[in-house]
Amino acid sequence: MNLFNYLRQFFDDPTYRHGYDDIAARLGQHCEYSLVALVIAAAIAFPPAVATGHTGRGQGLVSAVAVLGRSLPSLGLLILLAVHLGLNFAVAMIPLVVIGIPPVLLYTHEGIQGVDRAAVDAAKGMGMSTSQVVLRVELPAALPLILAGLRVSAVQIVATASLAAVVSFGGFGRYIVDGLYQYDYAQVVGGAFLIAVLCLFTLFVFWLLGRVAVSPGLRRR
Amino acid sequence: MIRFEDVSKEYSRGSFAVRSLSLEAPTGAITVLVGPSGCGKTTSLRMVNRLVEPTGGTILIDDVDVRAQPVTKLRRGIGYVIQHAGLFPHRTIEDNIATVPRLVGMDRRAARQRARELMDLVGLEQSMARRYPHQLSGGQQQRVGVARALAADPPVLLMDEPFSAVDPIVRKSLQEQMLRIQGEIGKTILFVTHDVDEAIKLGDKIAVLREGGLIAQFGTPQELLGSPADEFVEEFLGLDRGFRQLTFHSSDSLVLRTGPIVAQGEPIPAPRDDLPWVLVVDSDRRPVGWVSPAAPLDPLVPIGHTFRQGSDSLRAALDAAVLCEAGWAVAVDEHGGAVGVASQEDVAVAIRAARSARRPVLAEEPVA
Amino acid sequence: MSVFNLPSYVQSSFLGLVGIQLEVALGACALGLLLALPIGQLCTRLPWTYPPVLGLVTIIYSIPSIALFVVLIDYTGATYTTVFIPLTLYSLAILVPGVADAIRAVPPEVIDAADGMGYGRMRRYVAVELPVALPPLIASVRVAAVSSISLMSVGALIGNYGGLGDLLILGLHFFDQRLIWLGLITLLVLAVGCDLLLRLLQRLATPWARQRGGAA
Repeated sequence: MNLFNYLRQFFDDPTYRHGYDDIAARLGQHCEYSLVALVIAAAIAFPPAVATGHTGRGQGLVSAVAVLGRSLPSLGLLILLAVHLGLNFAVAMIPLVVIGIPPVLLYTHEGIQGVDRAAVDAAKGMGMSTSQVVLRVELPAALPLILAGLRVSAVQIVATASLAAVVSFGGFGRYIVDGLYQYDYAQVVGGAFLIAVLCLFTLFVFWLLGRVAVSPGLRRR
Repeated sequence: MIRFEDVSKEYSRGSFAVRSLSLEAPTGAITVLVGPSGCGKTTSLRMVNRLVEPTGGTILIDDVDVRAQPVTKLRRGIGYVIQHAGLFPHRTIEDNIATVPRLVGMDRRAARQRARELMDLVGLEQSMARRYPHQLSGGQQQRVGVARALAADPPVLLMDEPFSAVDPIVRKSLQEQMLRIQGEIGKTILFVTHDVDEAIKLGDKIAVLREGGLIAQFGTPQELLGSPADEFVEEFLGLDRGFRQLTFHSSDSLVLRTGPIVAQGEPIPAPRDDLPWVLVVDSDRRPVGWVSPAAPLDPLVPIGHTFRQGSDSLRAALDAAVLCEAGWAVAVDEHGGAVGVASQEDVAVAIRAARSARRPVLAEEPVA
Repeated sequence: MSVFNLPSYVQSSFLGLVGIQLEVALGACALGLLLALPIGQLCTRLPWTYPPVLGLVTIIYSIPSIALFVVLIDYTGATYTTVFIPLTLYSLAILVPGVADAIRAVPPEVIDAADGMGYGRMRRYVAVELPVALPPLIASVRVAAVSSISLMSVGALIGNYGGLGDLLILGLHFFDQRLIWLGLITLLVLAVGCDLLLRLLQRLATPWARQRGGAA
């Protein structure tokens, strides 16, 4: 199949082994954008999700935000921002953060809400303050779903981080965008392949995280 | 001692969960709140540790208003056991039990040590300490819940239908364990249940509540069974009140016969009118079975179950007599050796005497 | 209204673009659902197939849409089909786990009771399993539909095949901000409208279902 030829072509090309355009450099950039976007998205989405999950209210708001986040075309948002704000890091990050918020919001809300009500009641009855109930009982018990939300968000961000290249930044998206303009399909395929591999690696990282951080008491789910 | 003074809980639009509850739960005793669903018993319980705030009246623990201190401090001094245990799924059993001690500042090792002591108290094997709640059965989880409530040694314990979610065999075991524990440590316990038999079994004092938290009757189990205040209480207690009252009469008053006891190998006496059955015992004087002198070669009739005179009630004796095909009950000592026998008629005589003479009853509820 | 009048270099009318957007994006979603139903069913019947299928589906989802479009140009030329196929694949990526989870959400006691009452396999599926699985299923379809509509706009990068996405790219090239805003807002309205419509559909079809918020 053509695809394998393209891939071989791409990986054989020495341009991508050394220098500013090499795979290692692009990898570093791509990871940087993804990590920054993930951290910001989590920081924005986490506290409200915990609040709505704990109180049980705000379900409607959570789903509304989720729908909005999903329906906003990242490319469109990117273009709009680029036109107004120029080509800078914030412009590249904002669409990624927007796409990363809904999974964290939804899964965290669901996770906290799904904690055994009896355990929460017992915790209150034993004399834990609200913050203690949240920190010592709800968060640890909701950890599997919280991690799942972060994982889904991370994968989507890694996949969409290719857009950063549209506004002159690096990462694996650079190969795709450059390849398009140069009609160099080997580059495009190579770039897409690398992104897919990075996504799989992200999944692996989260699987590891799950085994390390999640209490064995929650494992059977 | 827990005292409710005209306590009420009104939700919006004039609907009262509890209208006006005044009640004193004595120190060191188990006070049971029992009643049909929706009578406000759980709401009343939850007002003691302020999980529900009363809209009227005062609740005092040892003459101190429960509102006098910060609510988290109050709750750390009260043990709280609920129906589905509410164990923290992400913590081990010993860490679950150690929760309140850790909350009040005990260091981890001391807290875990205390947890293990409590596991012994509630009848859990030490090997379970590092397991997780989902690995335990429902009954075991409930025991952990009780241990957790007792961990910080609170003077007061609130129990909200703690044994309702388990099967009857486990429930019986838990109830007995509870009575044993109470015998050892003597807490002031407020216990909510919808099961009137559980109330009678566990309660030192029982409050039967009707809708709105109104007390239909407040008294000891004997008082309730013997003189129910009105139709509601009567119906709630159900039929066979008389039979259940027998639980409170000791079998001490029963006169046992030793005549019809014969050792294995000895000849069976000739048939007589007043000797329809003869008990055969082995060399340790343990009962083997009943034989009828009229048909000495027929297979032995099984004895059913035995009773211990003194520690068992007349109810147990009557049940043993009725159960046995021969119609006789066998009383044994602590080694299982037969001390005497009684027929159903003998037990009936003892019952009549006990009720008419109003002999003193046992201080503790014997196991029925 | 004049705001909807499009300059001539856009090769359709505004409504035409909306029509194409809905046709392609929702069509892809519908095809994805049709394919996901048997696949998802298979995953529940043979549990060992689920992890590899899930892995495959995640890989598909992680390939940036633009790359997929480009690769397909070699095979299908630059047409709407080039956009349609990847959109279908992305919908599959969302709907296969969605279908599997929805089927698994039917409590086994309910199936048991239905069997005990004498429901045949087919009737049980239609009368019992499907209705109970419908709410979580429609939740997945909502996600797929909204994502589809939004993703299609990337098709504008390979020519004018992005539906309303064309407005975004053309607005960028010709410095026409009005087009960009028009495209963006219309896409938003379409996506949200779709979501609400599907929620209404779910409420009408299964009025007994407890209302739960946005699914995964």
